[in-house]
Amino acid sequence: MDEDFVLMKGNEALAEAAIRAGVDGYFGYPITPQSEVMEYLTAARPWERTGMVVFQAESEVAAINMLYGGAGAGKRVMTSSSSPGISLMQEGISYIAGAELPVVIVNIVRGGPGLGTIQPAQSDYFQATKGGGHGDYHLLVLAPSSVQEMADFVELAFDLAFKYRNPVMILSDGAIGQMMEKVKFKPQKPRWRDDELPEWATTGKKPDRERNIITSLDLDPYRQERFNRHLQEKYRKMREEEVRFETFQTEDAEYLLVAYGTSARICQKAVQLAREEGIRAGLLRPITLYPFPEKEIAALAGRVKAMLSVEMSAGQMVEDVRLAVNGRVPVEHFGRFGGVVPSPEEIVEALKQKLIND
Amino acid sequence: MAEEKLNIISEENVVYKKTKVLTDKPMHYCPGCGHSTLHRIIAEVIEEMGIQDKTIGIAPVGCAVFMYDYIDVDSQEAAHGRAPALATAIKRLMPDRYVFTYQGDGDLAAIGTAETIHVCNRGENITMFFVNNGIYGMTGGQMAPTTLTGMRTSTTPYGRDDSLMGHPIKITDLVAQLPGTYYVTRQAVHTPAYVRRTKKAVRKAFEYQMRGKGVSFVEVVSNCNSGWKMPPVQAVKWLDENMLPYYPLGDIKVPEE
Repeated sequence: MDEDFVLMKGNEALAEAAIRAGVDGYFGYPITPQSEVMEYLTAARPWERTGMVVFQAESEVAAINMLYGGAGAGKRVMTSSSSPGISLMQEGISYIAGAELPVVIVNIVRGGPGLGTIQPAQSDYFQATKGGGHGDYHLLVLAPSSVQEMADFVELAFDLAFKYRNPVMILSDGAIGQMMEKVKFKPQKPRWRDDELPEWATTGKKPDRERNIITSLDLDPYRQERFNRHLQEKYRKMREEEVRFETFQTEDAEYLLVAYGTSARICQKAVQLAREEGIRAGLLRPITLYPFPEKEIAALAGRVKAMLSVEMSAGQMVEDVRLAVNGRVPVEHFGRFGGVVPSPEEIVEALKQKLIND
Repeated sequence: MAEEKLNIISEENVVYKKTKVLTDKPMHYCPGCGHSTLHRIIAEVIEEMGIQDKTIGIAPVGCAVFMYDYIDVDSQEAAHGRAPALATAIKRLMPDRYVFTYQGDGDLAAIGTAETIHVCNRGENITMFFVNNGIYGMTGGQMAPTTLTGMRTSTTPYGRDDSLMGHPIKITDLVAQLPGTYYVTRQAVHTPAYVRRTKKAVRKAFEYQMRGKGVSFVEVVSNCNSGWKMPPVQAVKWLDENMLPYYPLGDIKVPEE
């Protein structure tokens, strides 16, 4: 193996990638199954390498508001948590979206609702892609399906967050967070200097400029509507420019599986098994969940007989698949949930039962 | 406008000038409210210390939510109760800046209690201003954690009953017990003498920030004429007779020099 590769857990790879991307601050609160992120960061002592701040907050509520403060000061700040902790952060995420602050939030999803389980799940799709907190807003959502992507998406997430001044979520799950794979890191990048910080940041009012104000408040309904239109325009631009996805054996596919993250990995195997049985299956893996690859799925709807959305949830992304397909071919959902991971055989069986043997 | 008005007074007759760190925007505060006075004091101290270009203020949710419209420094507006969390991150990411929070009693001593306690326990090198008027002003006069026993509010129309609603919290005394607070004081702004004392406290609270010894915490016991449903003069009298006996003024924790 190339000696540049190392073997690491997804959570640890994400943490190391954050240091190497020149992130200014990590603020978090322990929760299974993602505690390795902060454990790795505190052991690695990046404050000695890059000056990065690593901070254990008193709650997820405090952690997300630390992101608000840090991002408002123009710094590149991130947090990670898992489902119940992300629920606690929703108020802060809404404020961050409303104040147009660039932050990166990692959700290593576990089964719910409530305290649920600590096993992997994909049941936070609605929360991640439809807003999550109050108000009309969206996060840009990246869904890694390997340890390498856990590392690579950190810098990508920050680039997108600052490009759009919008919170970006890395939506992963306990399987990818906990499993070990080989990963290759990019070289260390420096943190931004003070003179590289964005002009809107609250760094201290210099005599040659007006004071900078970070707020999500505007009591005038007409101005508030104008601001909301501006947000919607930003989301429209994301839908135009930021859709990312991957296809696997879709060229001749008659049946399309749509799956992200851990489910997509299992679906690759399911496609192979189906083809061994003579079923021409293919896979589309959305990499961005918001914006969703709706045009690509709509195009494939003209070529396949049916689609199966495979999720570790009771059926959430399937709604977006159906919207994209718009009734042209049947779309069904197959899911195991509450922390149960489906097997490739189960998926092939579901494909046959739900879509082929009708 | 302000410039023109100033110019009609000859220089030798000027005895008071508005600090440049206060903007010209008319304040939305009710007549006689302590917020405007404390805003002015903070702005004057920032000007006198020459730290306008290094200061970041955090506004709360409550009557002071628009603090950033009046104090001419880079500012952030926090979610209800979370100003100390914002300040923690800003100060740790930019240790050479002066960071202050400005919160009311509901913000700091009810919904934000966890942040208040932990920031004061960790000893973040920030300055916290706490305006205690014993009521939720902006939302229309509901009971606050600091509402006095027996005091009538819109949610305690028959007076606060401690056996049902708990006791008015002396959170300033509480944070003074924590190792992370460096300077803790309780002041007021309803008489000229108190204003002068408060200004000294505000100045110390900013100066101490750069010693790196922890939180400087300044409570200002204030009046809420609208929430208390009293004309300003009566409110000030009520403050003297009722608030100050329960929330006595003075330093609670001072640095060992």
